[in-house]
Amino acid sequence: MKHTLWDRVRANRTLLFMIAPATLYFLLFSYVPMAGIVLAFKQYRYDLGILHSPWVGFDNFRFFFITGDAFKVTRNTLLYNAAFIVINNVLQIAVAILMAEVGSKLFRKTAQTLMFLPYFLSWVVVGAVAYNLFNYEHGTINTLLKSLGMTPLDIYTTSEYWKYILVFFSAWKAVGYGAVFYMASILSIDKETYEAAEIDGANVFQRIFFITLPSLRPTIIILVLLAIGNIFRGDFGLFYQLVGNNGLLYESTDVIDTFVYRSLTVNNEIGMSSAIGFYQSVLCFVTIMLTNYIVRKKDKENALF
Amino acid sequence: MYENDECEKSHWDQRLLDLTGYVFVGLISLACLIPFILIISGSFTSEASITSDGFRLWPKEFSLSAYSFALAHPQQFISSYVLTISLTVGGTLIGLFISAMAAYVLQRQDFEWRNGFAFFFYFTTLFNGGLVPWYILMVNYLHMKNTFWSLLLPPLLNVFYIIILRTFLRSIPDAITESAKIDGAGDFTIFVRLILPLAKPGLATIGLFTALNYWNDWFNSLLFVQDESLYTLQYLLYKMLGNLEGIRKVMAISGMHVADLPGESLKMALAILVTGPIVFLYPFVQRYFVQGLTVGSVKG
Repeated sequence: MKHTLWDRVRANRTLLFMIAPATLYFLLFSYVPMAGIVLAFKQYRYDLGILHSPWVGFDNFRFFFITGDAFKVTRNTLLYNAAFIVINNVLQIAVAILMAEVGSKLFRKTAQTLMFLPYFLSWVVVGAVAYNLFNYEHGTINTLLKSLGMTPLDIYTTSEYWKYILVFFSAWKAVGYGAVFYMASILSIDKETYEAAEIDGANVFQRIFFITLPSLRPTIIILVLLAIGNIFRGDFGLFYQLVGNNGLLYESTDVIDTFVYRSLTVNNEIGMSSAIGFYQSVLCFVTIMLTNYIVRKKDKENALF
Repeated sequence: MYENDECEKSHWDQRLLDLTGYVFVGLISLACLIPFILIISGSFTSEASITSDGFRLWPKEFSLSAYSFALAHPQQFISSYVLTISLTVGGTLIGLFISAMAAYVLQRQDFEWRNGFAFFFYFTTLFNGGLVPWYILMVNYLHMKNTFWSLLLPPLLNVFYIIILRTFLRSIPDAITESAKIDGAGDFTIFVRLILPLAKPGLATIGLFTALNYWNDWFNSLLFVQDESLYTLQYLLYKMLGNLEGIRKVMAISGMHVADLPGESLKMALAILVTGPIVFLYPFVQRYFVQGLTVGSVKG
């Protein structure tokens, strides 16, 4: 008996019905905008809409690259994200491993709760906290420096400091959240493996290096791969709320996303903003494809797809 | 003798590691806690004391003036609270239900198109049209500017969360679905009656993440909202912080005494007011937390 497509759809109709809302959602909000990429090659006019606006070839891209900001924002986005990925993951893994080894249950619970606190704060609040720490007149840091008889630092006009500040706040906000993923994966390691290692005389460090870390490998690979897929996307909230529209700091804090937002809202450059968005998506796509290809070559089991 | 040595040695290792653990994790926990204390303490400190002594862990001059100033005209706060709570509760419940249904279907081994659908979802994280086409779709085609929908829909679903839920649902034995099917239960009934109750840890975890995304959202307000009745709490804070800076600049230029305005303490009080309630969700979710989170790859 042959099963036609229609029969198979009918047989799976409940499951298809259940997956339909999510499918429609992503169709509308993710796939339909992909067609909007044509805007990158058009001069958008509100009166004509996307379809009828005139084509301008690569003018939008040319504008972005010639103004000289393309290199700067791409470099900043890439370097910041690379730093975030390495530092945040190393920190989260270290925390997860130490949390699993430390004896006291009360300590573990308290620490987990405290480390999760920053994740509850919105970037708006974090921005306000940062302002309190760093502002020139009565920021905590400068109050401290003054009381020690040192000259206060003018942090909001010195772009150099912001590299460290942004990396710090990214790590600070994500440490508790990210560590939970690694803790979950440590929890699923078979207890007997540890017991066997102990009987064989392995010390705790050998246990960590030969059992815990290798079993974290799939989680590390997946989380890092997911992050690498977004390596050209800046965390808009972090950059926008901490730096704001402070042009003095753009040299080392402007990322693709803040640049696109400004081009769109301040300068109303629809064409160029779309072109940058397209450029960003292509970079991300190529990066994740390459990385996944490399992972698949070395470690087929753990590749994303 | 030898055995004793071994024992001593392993004890020594364990102690060193314990110590490292307590110190390292303890320091990080402190770094996460201190800003919170600074915010709370700052919100209860008099403005004059902040200006002269900076922020402290314990208020030097206790004062409630920031709160009374912030809540002097509570209408806007109340309306933002009502809006944010409705978005958070409604969005989280709807989003969780839709995500869990999708995740359940994606992990059903007898669903022949599961990998196709998984790729359909996953592809949206690999490639997207960028901010502008999405913005134009929302504003010019769906006419969502200044609507409740522009705040409800964007944070509703997240592919990463669907993948986490799917990985979690895989840990529920297939036998449950199979035996219920033999008893004649339909797929949707199985999902609602049997799977959802067993998926509590996963749902609680993803529910907390989604709720936080709603509660802390200001980006969609920034893009789509002008109407004050549609200000979410975080956006209200963002606007107030901006206004406060503006007022202070004007006062400073016109030679007025800036210290009279509860500026820094007011900011901290506002931060407390807009963060407040969501933190209380955590204790309810914490016990499910670690169980609920396992990540797996796209293919199933």
